Amino acid sequence: MLQHALAGTGAHPLAGTAARFLWLLPLLPLAGFVINGLISLLSAYRRGPADPSHPSDAAHGAAHGHEGIESDAHPEAHDTPSAHPAAWLVSLIGPLAVGLAFVLAVVIFVAMRSAGADALHTPFVQRYGSWMPVGDLQVDWAFQLDQLSMLMVLVITGVGTLIHIFSVGYMKEDPGYPRYFAYLNLFVVFMLLLVLGANYPVLFIGWEGVGLCSYLLIGFWFEDKANADAGKKAFIVNRIGDFGFLIAMFLLFANLGTLDFTGVAARAGALVPGGAVVTAICLFLFLGCTGKSAQIPLYIWLPDAMAGPTPVSALIHAATMVTAGVYLVARSSFLFAMAPVASLTVAVVGAVTAIFAASIGLKQWDIKKVLAYSTVSQLGYMFIGVGVGAYVAGMFHLVTHAFFKALLFLGSGSVIYAMHAAYHHTHRHDDAQDMRNMGGLRRYLPVTWILMWIATLAIAGIPPFAGFFSKDEILGSAFARAQGSTLADAHWLGLSGSTVLYGVYALGLAGALITAIYMTRMMLYTFHGPNRTGEAERSHLREAPWSMTGPLVALGILSIMGGWLNVPELLHRVVPIGPTTALERWLEPVVGGATASIAGAAEGAGATHTEAMLILVAIAVAVAGIVIAIVALSPARLRPKAESPESHGFGRVLEHKYYVDEAYDAAVIQPVVQGSRFVLWRFIDAGIIDGLFVNGSAVAARIGARIGSWVQSGQVGTYAWAIVVGVLAVLGAFTLR
Amino acid sequence: MVPEALFLSAVLFTIGVVGVLTRRNVIIVFMCVELMLNAVNLAFVALSRLHGMGGQVFVLFVISVAAAEAAVGLAIIIAIFRHHQSVDLQHINLLKG
Repeated sequence: MLQHALAGTGAHPLAGTAARFLWLLPLLPLAGFVINGLISLLSAYRRGPADPSHPSDAAHGAAHGHEGIESDAHPEAHDTPSAHPAAWLVSLIGPLAVGLAFVLAVVIFVAMRSAGADALHTPFVQRYGSWMPVGDLQVDWAFQLDQLSMLMVLVITGVGTLIHIFSVGYMKEDPGYPRYFAYLNLFVVFMLLLVLGANYPVLFIGWEGVGLCSYLLIGFWFEDKANADAGKKAFIVNRIGDFGFLIAMFLLFANLGTLDFTGVAARAGALVPGGAVVTAICLFLFLGCTGKSAQIPLYIWLPDAMAGPTPVSALIHAATMVTAGVYLVARSSFLFAMAPVASLTVAVVGAVTAIFAASIGLKQWDIKKVLAYSTVSQLGYMFIGVGVGAYVAGMFHLVTHAFFKALLFLGSGSVIYAMHAAYHHTHRHDDAQDMRNMGGLRRYLPVTWILMWIATLAIAGIPPFAGFFSKDEILGSAFARAQGSTLADAHWLGLSGSTVLYGVYALGLAGALITAIYMTRMMLYTFHGPNRTGEAERSHLREAPWSMTGPLVALGILSIMGGWLNVPELLHRVVPIGPTTALERWLEPVVGGATASIAGAAEGAGATHTEAMLILVAIAVAVAGIVIAIVALSPARLRPKAESPESHGFGRVLEHKYYVDEAYDAAVIQPVVQGSRFVLWRFIDAGIIDGLFVNGSAVAARIGARIGSWVQSGQVGTYAWAIVVGVLAVLGAFTLR
Repeated sequence: MVPEALFLSAVLFTIGVVGVLTRRNVIIVFMCVELMLNAVNLAFVALSRLHGMGGQVFVLFVISVAAAEAAVGLAIIIAIFRHHQSVDLQHINLLKG
């Protein structure tokens, strides 16, 4: 069954190594999905639809229902401590399925290294069967292993395993525990399909599949309408992006006649560089990315997606799924390198999203909302990276962000877990996610406190934590591209590319400042200052069990060391940590060509003192942000949520997220709703279809019947008249003929 | 001879038709129907001079059927009269749909 469809004569260096077990990677979590799904289905049958072990739902709904969509799910809202009977089996299979996949990924990675990864300039493609053999369109079920997909597989399975382990502690009490793990395993399956697919359609299956799992997990507690609505919002907004992705695939096939990555790369030369076709393809691809990766204008679903369980937010809505767009651009780097206008669009959208979302994060009170907007903002940075043609920098930030944002989300999960457990003890119903109800938690959750500070320093860009290296590389690349590259020579909406890129750099730098401020604000309000939980609750605040803090510690180590993957040479001369530019050399065979074609001769020629200056500016900005937040904010003056005054002025605009949801509601949703109601429903459906066709035919039959019944008067004389007239008519017709 | 007979037949038939259409008394309508039958009989007899004996044979059939029809028709009229106390066609509309 396994056929090697390799271009060239000799066998691929990876053939015969562990890489031939590539197909097993998604199959392992798939097995987990099947088993956990069966457990879930079987127990659902046994318990029946009305679950008596769920008495607190009504109280929960009453307590939180009035908050509408703003209210996030409170995972621990399901107060019933009735663990599922098969919970031990689920706890074993769920993390094990992903953990084994991670082990296999590491084995394949080692095989790649020993095969001399730098020499692997052609991807290792494995064909498992034909999917769409339609005339010229040949789409196979095929996996492709190269340095880029290997990196993604390691991140997905590695971070995924840690989050699965965390979920065991976090979700154990939930009655839907097996269902949760079934969905989570299925998500890993589709995510691996996404990054392993050897052509756009297979990638698209993964793309849609992770969207499905995201929808299922956002609406995991679907008894609350707000959660179900959030899931629907994510699904519908993503459809807009997927439409763009599909159009891009149609254009690719129409112009190049193939959808395989290797085929498209080989034939891309047939397109006119900078021409309308390649620009359109890239822009439509990027429309798909704005949906999946939550960029302006389609970012609105991600903050609402926080309605799902917190580990889901960590895995799907921070570490992996939302970065799929960045992966897609990096995967299509050879196309984007040919379309400077599209690349500049990506960079500008990324920069605007980065600062826009960061500024919203300044005034959010829900701890998960802060992190959600932070994720949108950081995704913007990744798009700056891949937009300016620094594909390695974008992917680098993807990796480090996966570490520190997963840590932040799991840390917030740990906080929410403690808060909710305390509320549960005192039977209080309050918002366990609002930072105004927290404060001073460092005394009760010391491990979480330290680890979240590590992640905060990482995201703020303080060396030597992970985020510093990747964010610095992105901003430095934007600056370097502005000085000399094909992008700087291009024009974007009448502006010179150079101006645009300097603007992108400035926005990115400002965003970095705001990032440092809002993250420090979150830490101050959550962990520092006086405690605002209330006397009775305070004594019940406990650190989460080790099954939850363990993954946090692992992610904390990664958040410190993750940045050492790709230390620039300049810094390496100062502080020799880790290998220099390891990630860049690793990804060189995949994205090196595209990067070089954009950077041109400027690459590597950047003056050392400029680079040093940029690094110092980045550090200064990060430190300044933290200092500003510490000086300007006073956690001591903060009141609990119920007693807090309304904010006013620009702060109010920020707190309401620039009223974007309201604007979309007025500009898009209401026209659709009103149009559906008055045009489609009242006019076309009720008026034309019901009125004219359905009732109209009935009316016509009735009128016909009236006439018939009037003719059948029962007066024989009338009949006789009719007969005579008929006879005369027939006779007349015969005689006059 | 034949044209005159056919002319008389047509006149009789027309009288019958007009009677059927205009009169409201069932008895008279019935008599007009008989008149129409006999007008047709006259036409048969007249035309048998030109086309052989078939017409005269047919007249005998018509007369016998008309006799049977008169018996049944009068019986129906009597029944209607017993039911309605009237033989006015305006009051007889049981066939109304």
